[in-house]
Amino acid sequence: MKNKNTIEISNLNVWVDNQYILKNVNLDIPEHQITVLLGPSGCGKTTLLKSMNRLTDLYKELKVTGEICIDGDDILKSKRNIYEIRQKMGLLSQKPYPLPVSIYKNIAYGIKLKGIKDRKLLDYNVEKRLKEVGLWDEVKDRLHSSPDTLSIGQQQRLCLARGLAVKPRLILADEPTSALDPLSSKIIEDLFKKLKEHYSIVVVTHILRQAKRLADNVVFMHYGEIVEQGAPDQLFTNPQSPELKKYLVDGN
Amino acid sequence: MRYRKSFVELFYKILTGIACYSLIVILGYIIFVIFKKGIGMLSLKMITTVPSGGYYYGGEGGVLNAIAGSFYIAVGATIIAVIVGVPAALFINSHLQHKPRMQSFIRYMLDALWGIPSIVYGAFGFMLMIYLGMSASLLAGIITVAFLITPIIIRTFDEVLNTIPKGLHESALALGYTRMQLAFKVLWKQGFPGFITAVLFAFGRGIGDAASVLFTAGYTDLVPQYLDEPAATLPLAIFFQLSSPIPEVRNRAYAAGIILTAMILIISVSARLVSRKFSKTNLK
Repeated sequence: MKNKNTIEISNLNVWVDNQYILKNVNLDIPEHQITVLLGPSGCGKTTLLKSMNRLTDLYKELKVTGEICIDGDDILKSKRNIYEIRQKMGLLSQKPYPLPVSIYKNIAYGIKLKGIKDRKLLDYNVEKRLKEVGLWDEVKDRLHSSPDTLSIGQQQRLCLARGLAVKPRLILADEPTSALDPLSSKIIEDLFKKLKEHYSIVVVTHILRQAKRLADNVVFMHYGEIVEQGAPDQLFTNPQSPELKKYLVDGN
Repeated sequence: MRYRKSFVELFYKILTGIACYSLIVILGYIIFVIFKKGIGMLSLKMITTVPSGGYYYGGEGGVLNAIAGSFYIAVGATIIAVIVGVPAALFINSHLQHKPRMQSFIRYMLDALWGIPSIVYGAFGFMLMIYLGMSASLLAGIITVAFLITPIIIRTFDEVLNTIPKGLHESALALGYTRMQLAFKVLWKQGFPGFITAVLFAFGRGIGDAASVLFTAGYTDLVPQYLDEPAATLPLAIFFQLSSPIPEVRNRAYAAGIILTAMILIISVSARLVSRKFSKTNLK
């Protein structure tokens, strides 16, 4: 089980107008671990994350080549339905973007996309997902009010629960705590540690401490290339490349 | 030096202040003149009866024919414009989201259509009417005004949809939404206050426009019963009655002016209130 990979990326290149954003990226995302993509702003972390569920399609100017395999299926070439592929991954963005419907519907709609229509099953699943992110006790009395009444931290957990509702195998988190206060950040981080039992998790961050706290596996990126990767103990105590050495010094 | 600086400051304060306040004074004066001339004629009879003895010579009666005609035309045209405009605006913001060039080209075209003078729409509508073998009628007026206000609805709604953050698009797509589900489940709901504003804005423009209905809707003393009958409109009621030699009829024109101004003021104020109310609950 340790050796199984959820995603295998090989020779991934992304560029726009002859300018490389990602250059020759080879990366395996192991199952049931937290993989942290670390690096300075603008190094292509977010682009790498977005390639994984083909949100890069939204940007016509991006050219993408290479292979991204999920379950042995190359999603960049796949003829399979992109909407199904995207449901294998839950996305958590920098800021929470709840859908403009009630708290309940935010989660129920994802479940409905999976073909579940039965009212009782919906109720059960909504409750289950909200409990999974520890939000149930806080919102059970106002399930049908707008998510705008929640704090930013609660909204971010709601978005996580919404992502879990489509039963993904992988959670993609793009600097998920950058808009949150330290307490809410900690709740999210603890959640990730709990959730890795059931999901594989990729977290993008530029915060060194967060990477140390969370990572089972660190990938350090610099100008679109993967400079170093490995277990955090080894990487942070004994960095090989000058870029990472500098980042560790400046970051502390 | 210091003295000069504060003098320049004062000079510009006065200059910009005059420009700003004179605008309000002029607007107030226009409304004042219309009310002063027409308020004496304004009565319940004015809005509940049609003119008797002909709109040009008969001093008796009201302008119900024009109120009803204008209302029918504006409502009909708004319905058509919504049916065409809402899907168009949603399409621009969902399916064209990843084609920014096409997006800006379409927006540019719509802005150009918005800028075309309404008399040109009137002439176009007239031509179309002749081509289809219709006569000046309620339906022809509705179609012409729909041409006029559809770009307004699309662009006003589109402006609001365009402010919806890309992160929300991505969140919805990441859940496995199709673009159509994105458009109707997310963008439509999030942009709803913009839709209300767009409808009211377009309705106000449609009800007040004279040139587009000049050739196409015709004029009549009666309240139109069917789509193929000619229809009177408030702007034309002002125009025709003001040129009458009979003072009572001319005063009726001012009364019609008050009614039209009041309608448009009510519409634009409610558009503001509605969008403010919705944006409060939707504030991010």
